[in-house]
Amino acid sequence: MKRGMTRIWHKISDVFVYLLLATLGILWVLPIFYLVYTAFRVTPSTGIINTVFPSGLRLGFGNFTRLFRETMFARWLGNTLIVSASSCALTTLFILMVSYAFSRLRFKLRKPLMNVLLVLGMFPGFMSMIAVYFILKAMGLTNSLFALVLVYSGGAALSYYICKGFFDTVPKAMEEAAVLDGATQPMIFINIILPMAKPIIVYTVLTSFISPWCDFIFVNTIISERDKYTVSLGLYKMINAEKNSFNDNFTTFCAGAFVVGAIIVSLFMSMQKYYVEGVTSGAVKG
Amino acid sequence: MKKNSKVKSAVTNPIKALLAALRGGSVFTRLSFVIMGFGQIARGQICKGIAYMATQALFILYMIFFGGGYIRQLFSGDLGTRLSGEKWNEALQMFEKIKGDNSFLILLYGVVSVVLFLLFTWIWILNIKGNYDNDCKIAKGEKVFTLRQDLRALINERFYVLLLALPLLGLLIFTVMPLVFMVLIAFTNYDYAHMPPGKLFDWVGFRNFKTMFSLSQGSSGFAFVFLRVLLWTFIWAFFATFTNYFLGIIIALLIQKKGIKLKALWRTLFVVAIAVPQFVTLLLMQKILDSDGILNKMLGTNILWLTDQRYLSLLPRTMIILVNIWLGVPYTLLMCSGIFMNIPTDYYEAARIDGANPVTIFFAITLPYMLHVTAPYLITQFVGNINNFNVIWLLTGGGPVDNLHYGGGSQAQSTDLLVTWLYRLTTDQNPKYNVASVIGIVIFVISAVLSLITYNRTSAARSEEAFQ
Repeated sequence: MKRGMTRIWHKISDVFVYLLLATLGILWVLPIFYLVYTAFRVTPSTGIINTVFPSGLRLGFGNFTRLFRETMFARWLGNTLIVSASSCALTTLFILMVSYAFSRLRFKLRKPLMNVLLVLGMFPGFMSMIAVYFILKAMGLTNSLFALVLVYSGGAALSYYICKGFFDTVPKAMEEAAVLDGATQPMIFINIILPMAKPIIVYTVLTSFISPWCDFIFVNTIISERDKYTVSLGLYKMINAEKNSFNDNFTTFCAGAFVVGAIIVSLFMSMQKYYVEGVTSGAVKG
Repeated sequence: MKKNSKVKSAVTNPIKALLAALRGGSVFTRLSFVIMGFGQIARGQICKGIAYMATQALFILYMIFFGGGYIRQLFSGDLGTRLSGEKWNEALQMFEKIKGDNSFLILLYGVVSVVLFLLFTWIWILNIKGNYDNDCKIAKGEKVFTLRQDLRALINERFYVLLLALPLLGLLIFTVMPLVFMVLIAFTNYDYAHMPPGKLFDWVGFRNFKTMFSLSQGSSGFAFVFLRVLLWTFIWAFFATFTNYFLGIIIALLIQKKGIKLKALWRTLFVVAIAVPQFVTLLLMQKILDSDGILNKMLGTNILWLTDQRYLSLLPRTMIILVNIWLGVPYTLLMCSGIFMNIPTDYYEAARIDGANPVTIFFAITLPYMLHVTAPYLITQFVGNINNFNVIWLLTGGGPVDNLHYGGGSQAQSTDLLVTWLYRLTTDQNPKYNVASVIGIVIFVISAVLSLITYNRTSAARSEEAFQ
């Protein structure tokens, strides 16, 4: 009798949970759905529509052809790829080097240096943006993608913390065995530690690869020539540049956002397992 | 006390070493005080010696032709005296352009030169130390290191030098120098009325800090504005952090619940939102919530979701926090799924045997465990939210403007965080870099205190080598 009651009680609570999840799920998906819907909306072609299903609604790939033919989106996509690939390589390399040095090597200035980097990381990046701009200008580097790569990876050493946390957990015994076998430090770094650090490397690669796709403030300061934009600045300018640009370009903007989203999704899908491992291993226990 | 003596010894040790080298060193060592690399070359370390010499030559050339002048001007007490402009030349009967001083460049290149000077001093000390080490070695009858031995050291006991050199150089150029520069700006009157090259700006001591923190009426005191922005910054950071955290945990638990099917589908529904870059979704949200946006069209209403300034802009503030929940919960969800797997199951079994109901289990086991594991994460999130520029800037741009409550000239708006206020002050038509710099320093102090608490907590909780 009692068991039957609890079973019914379980059923009811399950139904309740399903309802709650469905409602919340819809709330979470709706804006994304709206984005995709607008991206594929051919007519009415511009701006925000008055009703959800306007008369004369037609879906198709018109916005995408417009995106690639009439704007410089393809060019921006290429720029972003160049910038994010190179800054990702540099950033990952820097982070790995710094966190390895801090985690596995012992030297006199280690602790003070770690503290200095920790404190430096707390200054808001905006604060020094103008100064960065003028330093780049003095180096003759403004309006170049190279400058973006430098800026994105220049501060990489500051985010050593998560990765170091991971290295700290790698057992020391293996390293000692290798030293007995006559391995040099670089050999230990490359042959022993790096293979074990795969999740954290993937995590670092992913996060550093994606950040140029999302940043528009630094690009906005450093780059002013249209053909040097990255996608984020291009998309931002598309609906924020002039007064009417929003109404004229909203559907194209959504199409662009869809393309960027698709790229990021496919990246995450292929690396999801490592990403979650990386987040939880370094960030949380860290 | 211990820390103090450490700092002291870090300063005094090199000086002691230098004195020892000067007193007890050989002729070569003493000569290397003046001509870098001399001793090394004399003792057969040709490459090293030439590198030192070249560094010295380059540095001297740089200081003579460029840096020296800027350093002199930086420390002369004012940032330039000659205005640029045009001057009537009697002899030639025409206007001549005068290239005056540029306070901005004096400050910027002054800082760069000082940093280079410090860097050079460090290399200089290394050079002397190297010579003195050689002296000691020769005195003991050992041979000095050959180039090959030096290189080998670089990949063994001095491997850290190789690893850290480039990243730290990048940091020096793109973080440290700009930062020093911007901190110095806080002590000048660099604003739209003093814009180089047309005008000059100058040191003003702590005047900007006084302006920021004093309560005088009118445009001179920003204390009231500052407190309001600060208060909202904290309220926002608090709600943004904890709403995300608890809703994320609750949704994760709902998905995790026994008997719920299609777990992967539910998780994907929430996580899809991460796929689109944040600034895109924020722009999209802003357009959806616009007074002409689809939300109002669907509801048939005319609500100013993001621009209603009644009740201290309560509606925009609430909307910002709601949108932030939408943005942030998926991340908490991802993280939680990872952590839940790590909670030891015997806790749950024991609780179940004792007859605890799910709510009790949540408050007695899950939540305490989560709080324990994620405390550092929470504080980092909190600091991150204090500096969360994107959400505010893209949704409301800091607005709506309600000048009623603000001192004139502060340019702060009702949903501004300290960072967005800072950003507006530097990019506005009438920029006030000096005030922006003061705000930057305040943000730094707040974040630093919070982060140091976290850091000490975590490093106290676990030793670095606990898992090795």
